[in-house]
Amino acid sequence: MLEISGLKVALGREDVLHGIELTAEPGRVTVILGPNGSGKSTLLRAVSGELPYRGRIRLQGRDVARTPAWRLAALRGVLEQSNNVAFPFSVQEVVQMGLRAGVEADHPHIVAEALAEVGLSQMAHRPIQALSGGQQARAHLARVRAQIWHARSHNGPRWLLLDEPVASLDIAHQLEVMTILRRFADAGGGVVAVMHDLNLSAQIADQMVLMRAGHVAASGSPGEVMRDGILSQVYGCALTVGRQVPGGLWVLPRLAG
Amino acid sequence: MAFSAIETRAPMRPVISRLRLGLIALLVLSALLSIGTGAAGVSVLGVLGDWLSGEAIATRDRVVLMNIRLPRLAMGVMVGAGLAVAGAVMQGLFRNPLADPGIIGVGSGAGLGAVSAIVLGGLLPGALAALFGQHLVPVAAFFGAWAATLLLYRVSSRNGRTSIATLLLAGIALAAMAGALTGILTYVADDRQLRDLTFWGMGSLAGASWSKLAVGGALIVPVLILAPRLARGLDALALGEAAAAHMGHDIERLKRFAVLAVAALSGASVALAGGIGFVGIVVPHLLRISAGPGHRRLLVDAALLGAALLTLADLIARQIVAPAELPIGIVTAVLGAPVFLWILIRRQGFGGI
Repeated sequence: MLEISGLKVALGREDVLHGIELTAEPGRVTVILGPNGSGKSTLLRAVSGELPYRGRIRLQGRDVARTPAWRLAALRGVLEQSNNVAFPFSVQEVVQMGLRAGVEADHPHIVAEALAEVGLSQMAHRPIQALSGGQQARAHLARVRAQIWHARSHNGPRWLLLDEPVASLDIAHQLEVMTILRRFADAGGGVVAVMHDLNLSAQIADQMVLMRAGHVAASGSPGEVMRDGILSQVYGCALTVGRQVPGGLWVLPRLAG
Repeated sequence: MAFSAIETRAPMRPVISRLRLGLIALLVLSALLSIGTGAAGVSVLGVLGDWLSGEAIATRDRVVLMNIRLPRLAMGVMVGAGLAVAGAVMQGLFRNPLADPGIIGVGSGAGLGAVSAIVLGGLLPGALAALFGQHLVPVAAFFGAWAATLLLYRVSSRNGRTSIATLLLAGIALAAMAGALTGILTYVADDRQLRDLTFWGMGSLAGASWSKLAVGGALIVPVLILAPRLARGLDALALGEAAAAHMGHDIERLKRFAVLAVAALSGASVALAGGIGFVGIVVPHLLRISAGPGHRRLLVDAALLGAALLTLADLIARQIVAPAELPIGIVTAVLGAPVFLWILIRRQGFGGI
C-alpha cells in the first residue's frame, strides 16, 4: 500500500504540492493526471524518494524518507521521464544494471525476458544511444522491469513508479506498455503512472488521480473522475466525455466558438 | 540438453580477457625496453649474464640500474596508472568522456602548490626547509591538490548533495584563481626559479628516487587497488544521479569516494612528476572504444595502459634528443592533444552528450 498524507514539497522557495492526501493499492493501476505544472511529476519524484518533503509517504509501511536507497531499490522501480545514458553502454548492459539493483540479481535470464517483453531482443547488443527515442524509452522500461521483475516478493507487493511511460511511443507500443503494466498489477504488484492521454488512462486505470495546482482535484474510478464538468474545470477547456463506446470512456475536446 | 542449460546459466568467461593479456604484455615489453635503455649504455642482458655466471657486477652498472633506471621505471608506471585511473573515475563521476582532474582545478591547485614551493621555498625557516629538503616541491604540490579538492567540495555541496554542474563551474573559477596566484609568483620569481618553474610545469620523470616513490606510492597504490570498487556505482551514474539512486546506490557516498580517489591519484601524480597532460583523457577513451564503457574492466585496464603508455612516452622523451632529454609532458601533449581533438570531432556525431 502507498499512503500519502499531508504531503508538501517545495522546489526552490515555492511549495509545489500543498498537502496531498492519497492512497494507492497494490493489484491496481493508479494513474495520475492533470495539466502541465500541476505537480504530477513532483508527486512521483517525492514518492520515489528523490525529493525532500514534509508530511508522510509510506510505501508498504516504510517511511520513504528514512529508508536507505538499496532497500527502496528492492521494493520499487522508477521510470523517469527522460533518460540520457552518458557512455555507449549496450542495451543489454543497461538492463543488467537494473537487474543487479533488484532482488533477482542471481537470475540473469531475466535480462533477456525483460528485453523480449518490450520487443527489443534484436537490439540487445546495440549501444543504447543508437536507438530511437521510443526504443530507448522501452529499453529503460525493460531496465526497471528487470529491477522489479516479480510483482510480489516474500516481503509483499512491489511497485512500479512511472513518469509518462508512453509519451514517446507509437500507438501499438503504447498498448504494449499498458499491457505490461496491467499484467504486473494483476499479478499483485502496485503501479503508479503519470500520464497525459485521458483516453488511454481510461482504459487502464483502476484509480484516477486528477491534480490541479498542487492539489488533488478529484480521485476515484475512471467513471467517477471522467466527467465533463470535472475535466473541463481542471484542464480549463471544454471537454465532452462519451460513454457509448464498448470497453470504456472517451474524451472529445471541443474548439471554442 | 543438460549441458546447454548449464551453459546458458553460467557462461564460461575467460579468467582474464584477451585485451588485458595484451595490455600486460605491452607493459612488460615497455618496461624491459625502458630499463635496457639509457645514457650510460648499461645493458640489462650483460648485467644479467654477469650475475648468472657468478661474476661481480660493476658498481657503476648496479647503481645505474637500481638507483636510476628502476625507480624511474617504477615512477612512470605509478604515475601513468594514477593519471589514467584518475581520468576514468573523474569521467564516470562527471558523466562526460572529456572530464579530467585538470578540469575541476585539482591540477591547478597542485601546480600552485609546486610553484609556491619553488619561488617561496627559500623564505622558509632553516629548520622547516631542512625537514622537507628536496621533497618540498612534491609535498607542496600534493597539498595543493588536496586543498583544491576540499575547497571545491565545500563550494559545490549543499545539504549533502553535490551538483556536478556547480563542481565543474567552481573548478573553472578555482583554476582561474590558482592561475592568477601562480602568475603573481612567476612575476616575482628570479631567473633560476623561472627555469625550474617552466621545467616542472612540463613534467618529467627524471630525478626519480626510491624515497620520492615511497611518498607518492603510499597514496597511489592503495587507491588503484580500491578504485574498482567504485565500478558498479559509476556504471549506474552513467544513467544520471536520480536513476542511480533509484537503483539503490548511495550517490553522496559514491561521489565523496570518487572525489577523494581523484584527488589522491592526481595530486600524488602531479607531485611526483609535474604537469603531464592527456593521459587521463586518452587512455580511458581508447579502452572504451575497444572494450566498452563498463567500469569494472575500465578501471583495471586503464591502470595497465596508462602505465605502459607513460613508460613508452618516457622512452621517447629520453631518446629523441639524447643524450639530453625532453620533458615528458611535451611528448604526451604532442601525442595526446590530436587524440583529444579526434574525440571531439567523433562526438559531434552523437549530438553532443
